[in-house]
Amino acid sequence: MRTSRVYRPLLAMLLVAALLVASLPALGQGGNTLIMARAVDSTGLDPHTQTAFASLSLIGMIYEPLVISDHNLDIAPALAESWEFADDALTLTFHLRQGVKFHDGSDFTAEDVIASFERILNEETGAAARTNYVSIDTMEAPDDYTVIFHLNTPDVPLLSAMASSNAAILSSDVIANGDPATDVIGTGPFKLESWTPEETTILSANPDWWGDGPAVDGVEIRIIPDETSILAALRAGTIDFAMLNDPLVATLLIGDSTIGLYRTPALSYHVLQLRAAIEPLDKLEVRQAIACALDRQQVVDVAALGEGRVTGPLTMPLYANPVDDLFCYTQDLDKARELMAQAGLEEGFTLPVMVANAEPPTALSEAQNIQAQLAQINITVEIEALELSVYVDRWLAGDFTSCVALNGGRTDPYTMYSRYWQYDARFQNVAGYIDDDLDSLMKQGQSETDPAARIEIFRELERQLAEKAPWVWLYAGYTYTAAQPAVVGWEPGANDSLYYLYEVSLQR
Amino acid sequence: MGRYFVQRVIAFLPTLLGVSILVFLAIRLVPGDQITAQLGTEAGMLTANQRAALEEYYGLDKPLLEQYFSWLGNAVQGNLGFSIRHGQPVTQLILDRFPVTVELAILSVFIALMIGLPIGIMSAIRHNTFIDLFGRIFSMLGLAVPNFLLGTLIIYVLSVYFGILPNSGNYTAFTQDPLLNLQQLIFPASAMGFSFASSVMRMTRSSMLEVLGEDYVRTARAKGLRERAVVLRHALRNALIPVVTLIGVEIGGLLGGAFITESIFSLPGIGRLAVNAISQREYALVQGVTLFIALNFVIINLAVDLIYAAIDPRISYDR
Repeated sequence: MRTSRVYRPLLAMLLVAALLVASLPALGQGGNTLIMARAVDSTGLDPHTQTAFASLSLIGMIYEPLVISDHNLDIAPALAESWEFADDALTLTFHLRQGVKFHDGSDFTAEDVIASFERILNEETGAAARTNYVSIDTMEAPDDYTVIFHLNTPDVPLLSAMASSNAAILSSDVIANGDPATDVIGTGPFKLESWTPEETTILSANPDWWGDGPAVDGVEIRIIPDETSILAALRAGTIDFAMLNDPLVATLLIGDSTIGLYRTPALSYHVLQLRAAIEPLDKLEVRQAIACALDRQQVVDVAALGEGRVTGPLTMPLYANPVDDLFCYTQDLDKARELMAQAGLEEGFTLPVMVANAEPPTALSEAQNIQAQLAQINITVEIEALELSVYVDRWLAGDFTSCVALNGGRTDPYTMYSRYWQYDARFQNVAGYIDDDLDSLMKQGQSETDPAARIEIFRELERQLAEKAPWVWLYAGYTYTAAQPAVVGWEPGANDSLYYLYEVSLQR
Repeated sequence: MGRYFVQRVIAFLPTLLGVSILVFLAIRLVPGDQITAQLGTEAGMLTANQRAALEEYYGLDKPLLEQYFSWLGNAVQGNLGFSIRHGQPVTQLILDRFPVTVELAILSVFIALMIGLPIGIMSAIRHNTFIDLFGRIFSMLGLAVPNFLLGTLIIYVLSVYFGILPNSGNYTAFTQDPLLNLQQLIFPASAMGFSFASSVMRMTRSSMLEVLGEDYVRTARAKGLRERAVVLRHALRNALIPVVTLIGVEIGGLLGGAFITESIFSLPGIGRLAVNAISQREYALVQGVTLFIALNFVIINLAVDLIYAAIDPRISYDR
């Protein structure tokens, strides 16, 4: 009797604790607002200085460039309705869309285009993609809706380089009198209502947008840093739509009967970068032996659960050769050993491989698989796992023998590789290899205006890159989006683009 | 008491100064600066002039000593700098997120006490019985299961089996919607409180066992006091002192933000702010947050010392 009185308050406390834990949460839904989640937030809102895909995908909903890459990676009209290159590829003329308004109500004209490109080309802006546009010499506007770019060198890929949020058109008024980092005024299908970094971004539909849409009232982007928590939110039905990066998380949705998983082939590529400047990688046979010894499909299967496709240097379908036509894309250990013998290295050597921790999530597994595979030709791989910003520093300085990297892709081969495979390329030192053939193929590809001839030039470039094996290209992954059944009409765009959310409607 | 208080506050200053110097140097000695952290490999595409312009913008072009003292001078006046990423003063960012962290800390300590105290007391008064065995198994479990695993498990069970997830990136403040706020915080607080409950339980149990064997407890019983009064008034009060120390240390740690739990449950607290600041190499933000966390820690320590005096009349800070 006495002891039960001692227990009574204690039991009461336990009960309170249990009740608190069991309190059931109520759910709210977003009406006609699309609620989406992703793990990584934009690092800023100035279109010209942002580089991360997470930033560009948000910016791409708010701002528009003159042209965009459509679902098939073809160049499609955006703020420009049509354009033409002069035959010598030295003049590019745009005819602008009329009646387009910025989010502040002002009219979009040629003046805004010129001000935007002047800002990109100004070194003080710190525009990271500036090098893609340096061929622009002068610009003129014969009338409000025509802009002529005069180039200092024939530059056909300039057009596809313009199909990027990095070449988005800002209002000339903001450039002159405001700060593009905070005055977020674009022409795109969505307007920015508020941005709380690392928490929530609220966008509303732009009622004055020139195109057809958006069908939703707005989009609320929530940052959920842990991708498994995003998955949980999808399953609990508290979000409509999500972007996922980690194939190990995304594949958990395969076979889910309600939530749709969308895979888009990524243009970015996983690659084993070799630096031919360093012994014994300076020997062609050694690099080729590494290329022949690797079963690329095995890397995809082991490191990424098969979530990727083996690729050559060119990841865009229009230009790529069938991979079987490329040098040693079928594993050939005998040939690899023979090549090692020719190089006088039957006994093998030690190859340090630099990799960034968890960037991409598969990086370390890729390196480990490469380690196991190269052991077959007596190459001892030493894996050096580094924190991302340390890795980036050393990568930029070319301070490594080899590394596993995930490098960004573009729709045009020239824009994609101009930084590596030319004599004066910015990342020549990082690439670690160059010769006359590669350099001249790149230059031809830059000035050739005939589309069919360009394809031939870049196919040849790809064949040579595979055979000379300055790097060993492995595979291209997917970008993932997931959506509830209520989300209708979603078709993903290239490079994580969210622009096409304007086509989406909600049928709750 | 007053003099003791002043002495302690003065002793804060060297601690905080030391922390500020350490953090200032540490974040700069780590490879990778604000520019490469933000631009990644694209930073290599900048021309030398572009890079210089950015360094000037961030104030990275000045000598280290000048950077430190200009930061320190401002910090003393309550200005911890400006976060370019967030477009807000660091002080504002910290104050915005602090309530989330405080609430989470209080709630998880509350849950830990709700669970740990009763079980600990019962284990002690029913020493070596089935109840005691259960209590000890519980505490082993709590100490063995890490927070992040428990958090992930909770999320998994809630979403897959119950189809609910109170917080999916839409954190709501207590002042906006108290009920929703509690629902959002109860699960992360439970994940964190569970392991702490084990420590509380073990400390309460062993400390109670010790106290229950004391002469004054026997005297109280001999006096004919009811068992409830003996346990709760005479034994528990004395047994609580080590538990209070434990709570103090724990709260001090929790106020520094629960880095992992805040990420898993997507709560905008101090921990997430710090993690993002470090990965972005936002120097001002990292320095500000760390200094703030250190400040919390010393303040909580002081508070714990003062609470001793309140619980235990034998302890006095007056000469």
